[in-house]
Amino acid sequence: MATTVQPQTGTKPAASLSNEEILRYSRHLIMPEVGMDGQLKLKNAKVLLIGTGGLGAPLGLYLAAAGVGKLGLVDFDVVDFTNLQRQVTFGTSDVGKSKSEAARARLANLNPDIQIQSFETQLTSANALELFKDFDIIVDGTDNFPTRYLVNDACILLKKPNVYGSIFRFEGQATVFGMPDGPCYRCLYPEPPPPGLVPSCAEGGVLGVLPGIVGSIQAMETIKLILGRGDNLVGRLLLFDALGMKFRELKLRKNPNCPVCGTHPTITKLIDYYEFCGVRGEEAPGPTVQVPEITPRELKARLDRGDDLFILDVREPHEYQICNLKGHLLPLGELTRRVHELDSSREIVAHCRSGKRSAEAVDFLRKAGFRKILNLKGGILAWSDEVDPSVPKY
Amino acid sequence: MPVKVMIPSPLRPYAGKRDSAEFSARTVGEALGHLTAEFGDLRKHLFTEDGKLRSFVNVYVNDEDIRYLAKENTPTKDGDTISIIPSIAGGCI
Repeated sequence: MATTVQPQTGTKPAASLSNEEILRYSRHLIMPEVGMDGQLKLKNAKVLLIGTGGLGAPLGLYLAAAGVGKLGLVDFDVVDFTNLQRQVTFGTSDVGKSKSEAARARLANLNPDIQIQSFETQLTSANALELFKDFDIIVDGTDNFPTRYLVNDACILLKKPNVYGSIFRFEGQATVFGMPDGPCYRCLYPEPPPPGLVPSCAEGGVLGVLPGIVGSIQAMETIKLILGRGDNLVGRLLLFDALGMKFRELKLRKNPNCPVCGTHPTITKLIDYYEFCGVRGEEAPGPTVQVPEITPRELKARLDRGDDLFILDVREPHEYQICNLKGHLLPLGELTRRVHELDSSREIVAHCRSGKRSAEAVDFLRKAGFRKILNLKGGILAWSDEVDPSVPKY
Repeated sequence: MPVKVMIPSPLRPYAGKRDSAEFSARTVGEALGHLTAEFGDLRKHLFTEDGKLRSFVNVYVNDEDIRYLAKENTPTKDGDTISIIPSIAGGCI
């Protein structure tokens, strides 16, 4: 059954479209499913996008193009060169600029008739309720567990729909949480996985088109909620497998014992989501385990001196193809099985991309009895910065 | 025709890069037991140290969540599909 989301906030709703707007939205207006009524609903709707990255790109573009009257864009990040592969709101000239502001400028150019507000801030328990209260629908396009639980809880507390989408490598999930009688994110996943168990996009990679598809599904669900048309994804988890090009759906149920949306909620205000997810603030850069290290400059000096060093590269074969230090390739995941390939009497320098995986490798090898082993501090990225800029960074 | 267990991509590195595996099993618990016996590295991703299914891993028989059926004792029949759906957070900001 279709559910309409009534605008809850703001001033007097717009009752008509200008001639220019009628021309712009003509392909909507001639559809009976949208028509003038629907287009006015879109014009009076207020949608807040959390994240303007991979999922936020198609979301922002399509919702602005469709004429959603007020769009809020929350993002504290700046545009990075590696974002351009999938975050199609941004151009090369936006690199280094604030994402929320660059997205605002792009969307304002796409549709000058709508109101776009950028919030260059990190969504926190302190500001979420205040930010959300002026919007009818919240769309979750974030990339981390603490923010997902925060968005969910804030939506439940304020009784606002939460249009959810999530991606990993070739797979995506989408649904609508936070509707009356519908489940919430905590009904689906009461707890997040411990940090480090599930790789992030930066570690796992993502095919650039995937967020485009999942974000477009979120945009479609948002528009259907505004129009009150069709069957939305409430109570259904849509799974998309891009490699197999298959869509499946699973039933989602409202958990009567859910700590936030159940019959006897125990979470009645926003909590510390970093603590809840076992992350203390920003993830600490560098290795997670303490191991003996060598800096790129020290390594270069020792190699130039002709020291007998065995370079161990613990990255994956496809990374070795991007760039390498002519080391012996032995991926971290295969280390336990292939440890016999290494000679513990030789001095070994292990490296990876950033120094994190190789720290784990050094830690493992030390426990396995290797004594002369060092971790290349900062990995191949630091080598490129400090020793040889001709080595590409990725 | 046995039961098919779908392995999601975050867990494939621990399952010999396979996307699914088939076992003869009468319950979900039995099928997951076969799966983790074949791919030992999967065990810690699916189960806690005391052998309980982890709370951030959801398991479905066809399109039904086993938490609302008989959990790991949920019976399976030939041709059923068991899906393991771990939480993913990616949006790539």
